[in-house]
Amino acid sequence: MQNSTVHPYIPNTVPSVIEEMLAVTGATSIEDFYEDIPQSLRVKGLLNLPEPFLAEAELEEHVTGLLNKNRSTREVISFLGAGVYNHYVPSVVDEVINRSEFLTAYAGEPYEDHGRFQALFEYTSMMGELLNMDVVNVPTYDGMQATATALAMAGRITGRSKIIVASDTNPDLVSKVTDYVRSHTELVFVPSVNGLVDTAALAARLDADTAAVWIQTPSFHGGLETSGQVIADLAHEAGALLVVGTDPIAYGSITPPADWGADIVCGEIQSLGIHQWFGGGRGGFIAVHDDPKFIMEMPSRLFGLASTSVEGEYGFGDVAWDRTSFALREEGKEWVGTAAALWGIAAGVYLASMGPTGMSDLGNTVLARTAYAQAQLAGIDGVSLGDSAAHFREFVLDLSASGKTAAEVVTALRALNIEPGVVIGEHNLLVCVTERITTAHIDTLVSALTDFLKEK
Amino acid sequence: MALPVSPKPAHRRFHQARWDEPIIFELSTPGERGILVSQAEPAAVEALGAVEDQLSSLRRASAPALPELAQMRVVRHYLRISQENLGADFNVDIGQGTCTMKYSPKVNETIIRTPKLAELHPLQDEASLQGVLEIFWRTEQAIAEISGMHAVSLQTQGGSAAIWANISMIRAFHESNGEGEVRDEVITTIFSHPSNAACAKAAGFKVITLMPDANGYPDIEALRAAVSPRTAALMITNPEDTGIYNHKIREFVQIVHEAGGLAAYDQANANGILGITRASDAGFDLCHFNLHKTFSTPHASGGPGAGASAVSERLAPFLPNPRIEKTDAGFTVNYGGEKSIGKVAPFFGVAPNVVRAYAWIMALGASGLRQVAEIAVLNNNYLLALVRQIPGASAPYATGKHRIEQVRYSWQELFEDTGISSEEIGIRMSDYGMHYWTSHHPYLVPQPFTLEPTESYSKTEIDEYVAALAQVATEARENPELVRSAPHNQTVHQIDHDDLDDPARWAITWRSYQKKYFSGVEATLAEEPVSVG
Repeated sequence: MQNSTVHPYIPNTVPSVIEEMLAVTGATSIEDFYEDIPQSLRVKGLLNLPEPFLAEAELEEHVTGLLNKNRSTREVISFLGAGVYNHYVPSVVDEVINRSEFLTAYAGEPYEDHGRFQALFEYTSMMGELLNMDVVNVPTYDGMQATATALAMAGRITGRSKIIVASDTNPDLVSKVTDYVRSHTELVFVPSVNGLVDTAALAARLDADTAAVWIQTPSFHGGLETSGQVIADLAHEAGALLVVGTDPIAYGSITPPADWGADIVCGEIQSLGIHQWFGGGRGGFIAVHDDPKFIMEMPSRLFGLASTSVEGEYGFGDVAWDRTSFALREEGKEWVGTAAALWGIAAGVYLASMGPTGMSDLGNTVLARTAYAQAQLAGIDGVSLGDSAAHFREFVLDLSASGKTAAEVVTALRALNIEPGVVIGEHNLLVCVTERITTAHIDTLVSALTDFLKEK
Repeated sequence: MALPVSPKPAHRRFHQARWDEPIIFELSTPGERGILVSQAEPAAVEALGAVEDQLSSLRRASAPALPELAQMRVVRHYLRISQENLGADFNVDIGQGTCTMKYSPKVNETIIRTPKLAELHPLQDEASLQGVLEIFWRTEQAIAEISGMHAVSLQTQGGSAAIWANISMIRAFHESNGEGEVRDEVITTIFSHPSNAACAKAAGFKVITLMPDANGYPDIEALRAAVSPRTAALMITNPEDTGIYNHKIREFVQIVHEAGGLAAYDQANANGILGITRASDAGFDLCHFNLHKTFSTPHASGGPGAGASAVSERLAPFLPNPRIEKTDAGFTVNYGGEKSIGKVAPFFGVAPNVVRAYAWIMALGASGLRQVAEIAVLNNNYLLALVRQIPGASAPYATGKHRIEQVRYSWQELFEDTGISSEEIGIRMSDYGMHYWTSHHPYLVPQPFTLEPTESYSKTEIDEYVAALAQVATEARENPELVRSAPHNQTVHQIDHDDLDDPARWAITWRSYQKKYFSGVEATLAEEPVSVG
C-alpha cells in the first residue's frame, strides 16, 4: 500500500520533518497557522475533485490518453489559418526553450539571469532588423494585446480619441481591441475596396480627432497593402499616427511598414518558431522608433544593453523601469505581468537559424505557393477569389457560384482528411498556405474540391 | 581504504557560468545558414511570376540584416547563454515572493510535447479536438470547485490579463444595469498586486487605494469611508503580499455589495489556502488564479503564463467567448453569449499550460491540494521563525501572529547599522547561487524583501537559504564593501543604470546600439566595443 502522506512534489510531507519544523515555529499543529481564517469561511472536509493518479505512470497514461483522442494537423492536410499558422518549427528552437535554465527561470535580476536578458535582447534586436525599427518590446501576451496596447498608446501620444480601422480585420481582434480601448477611444470603420484600404474614403474620414489610422497587412484575408505610403502620408497630414498590425514572417522578402512611414508596428510572433498549440502559443510585439515620446508610452518591458564596472563587458537591464506599472501602480499606462517571454526566446532562435537567406526564401516560398493555390482553386468551376489583391499566405475563396456553402465544403473535405480552410461567411472560405503546404497538397485540395462541387 | 572526505564548506562555493558570449550579431559569418527552407516548386514559381507586377512595389530592397550562423553555432550560442541563467530548477527559488515559485513536474513536460497538443489548430473539426476540449472542461470544473465559483474561463494569457478580464466584466455588468456612467471608482489595497490598480486605471476607473491599519490588515474603516454609489468594485488580494490574511474579508465584501459594487478576488496568493477557504465562501463575485503560480506551470523566463477567471452565477454571462460545453454527444464550443465581454485573448488560452495545470491537479487530488497549502504555510512559518533570528531582519505588522504563504520582511535595522540596502543584499545573494527580490513598489515596508517558500522546498533547502541570508547580513556588518561591490561570482559585474534611463544612451536593440555608439566609426570596432559608460 502506498504511503499517501508523502507526495513526491512535496518534500516536507515526511512526518518527522513536520514535527521538527513545528517545534521551531512554536506551533502545536499546522492548524495554528490558519488562526486568521474564520471557521465560517473554512472548507469542511475535502474538495470534491476526481480521484488523483498518484503514480506518475498512471498520470501520464491518463492525460496522454485524453490527448490521443485528438487528431493533429500532422494527420490531415491543413489549410487552416485565421490567426494560427502551421509553419515549420526547427528542432533547435525546441531544444533551446525546453532547457530548464530558460523554462523555469522567472524574474531574476540581470546579474543572475544574464542569459535570459541576452536572449531577449537578441530577440528584440533581430525583430528590429526584420522590421527596420530600433525599439521592440519583450513580448506581451499576444498580437491582440499588442494591437490594443499600440492603439491605446496612439491615443495617449496624440491626445485624440478616434481610431480609423481601414483594413479587413480579424473579428476576434476587433473584439479584443474594442474591449480594451473603448473607455478612452472610439473605433471608426472604413470598408475596404477589393481587399485593400479605400484611400479616398479614408481621406474623407480623417479629422482633428483622429489619433491613428490602423491597418492590417497582410489583412485578415491575406491581402498585402500596396498603398502604405499614401496611407501614412494621409495620416500624418492629419496629425494622426499610422499603426500597422502585421505578421513579421513576411519581411524577409517584402518591405517592412517602417519603410513607408508606420509609426507603431505590432502583431503576433506565433509564426516565428512557435507551434500552433491549439491557438495558445502566442506572443505580441510592439515596435517603435527610438523616440522617447513613444517609448515612454510603452507599458511593456524593454531590455537594453548597458555597460558594467568591467570595461568591454556587456550588461543588460530594464530600460526606463519607472514607466511601468511595477513602479507606478494606478499611475501606469497599462500593467506588466507574466506574459510570453519564452516565446520571444523561441522566435529569437528561429530568426537566428533562418538568417536573412532563410527568411527571404521562406517569404518567396509562401508567396509562390499562395499564388499557385489561388490560380489553381480559382480555375475550378463555381469558385472565384474574394478579391484581386496580392496575397501572402491567406486568401478568400468565393463559392457562391457553386451553389454550395463553405460549411458543406468543409464537411465534405474533412471526410477526405483535408481541412480546406476556415468558414468566414456562408459562401466564403479563408484558405491558408504555409511553407509546409506543397503544390502536391494544393493539387489534392483542388481535385477534392472539384469532385465535390460536381456532385449534385 | 576509504577515500578521505573533505569538510563541507559552510556555504556553497557557487560560480555562475561565464562564457564571454558575444551578442549573436557578432558571431555572424556571411553565407552560413542554420536551416534550409522548403523551396517553391517550378509551378509555384511560375504562378508567382504571374503576380510579380502586383508585388513589385512591396519587394524588400535588401534582405534583413539578421545574423548568419550554421546550426551548431546557433545551438552552442543559446546553450551557453542558457548556462548564464539561474532557473528555478537550479536554486532554492524562495526569494521571489508574491510569485509562488514551485516545482514544475517533469512528467508534465513530457505530456505536453506530443503533436496531439502542439500541432492542433483551434478551428479544426470539433470531433478531432475531443481530448483537448475535455481537458479544458475538466480543468474549468476543478477550478470552479477550488474557488467555489459558478463558471470558469481559461482564455486569458496571464494573471494580469485575468485581472483585466475581471475589470472588463465588472464594467460590462454595471453597464447592463444602466450604471455604467455612475460607477466609476475601484477600491484596492496597497498590498494587493499592482496590476489590480493598473488594470482598473486602464479600463477608465478612478482608483482608491486603502492603506493598512497598525496591524497590517487593510483598514475596514477606510473602506467604509471609501464606498459610495460610485463604487464599481473592490479588487483585493488575500492573503495580501505581506502574507497576512484579512480576517474581515467577508465584511469587506458585504460593505461593497451594500454599496452596489462587485468584489473581485485576486487569488495570485492562493497557494496557502487551497482546500482551506474559497472565494465563494467570502461572497466574491469574481476571482482569478495564475496557472503558472498556484498550479505549477513553469514560469518560462516571464511567460507564457495563463490565467483562470472564475465568476459567480450572476457574472457568468459576461465571461469571455467562446465557452466549452459538455453535451451527450461530447464536448462542443459555444461561440455565442450576448452579454460576453467577447475576446480578451485569441481562441481558448495557453493550451500547454492548461494541460500542465490539469496534470498537476490530477497528480494531487483533493487531499494533495490541501497538503500543498498546509506544507506551504508550515514552510513559511518555519522560515519566518528562522529569519527573525537574523540580527537586523524583521517582519513588520501582525506581531506574534502567523502568516499564510509568504512574508514581507524588512532589513531596515541592518540598513541603519550598516548602510547596506535590501537591493545590495539581493545582488550578493546571487553570489551564493540564490535568487532574491526586494518587493513591489511602493516600499511601504522599508528595505523590504519578500520570501515565499511554497510547498516545493525541503527543510534542508530552507535552512540553506536562511544560512546564506545570515551570511550576507554578517558580511554587511563585517565587510560591507564585499556586499556593496557584489556580484563577484556572476557572469557580469555591476551595471550602470544611467545607460538604461537616459534616452541619449539607452540601446534597446543591437541596431540602436550600433547607431548610437558606432555611427561613423569603422565596423571593425564592433569586435572590440568601446566603453559606453
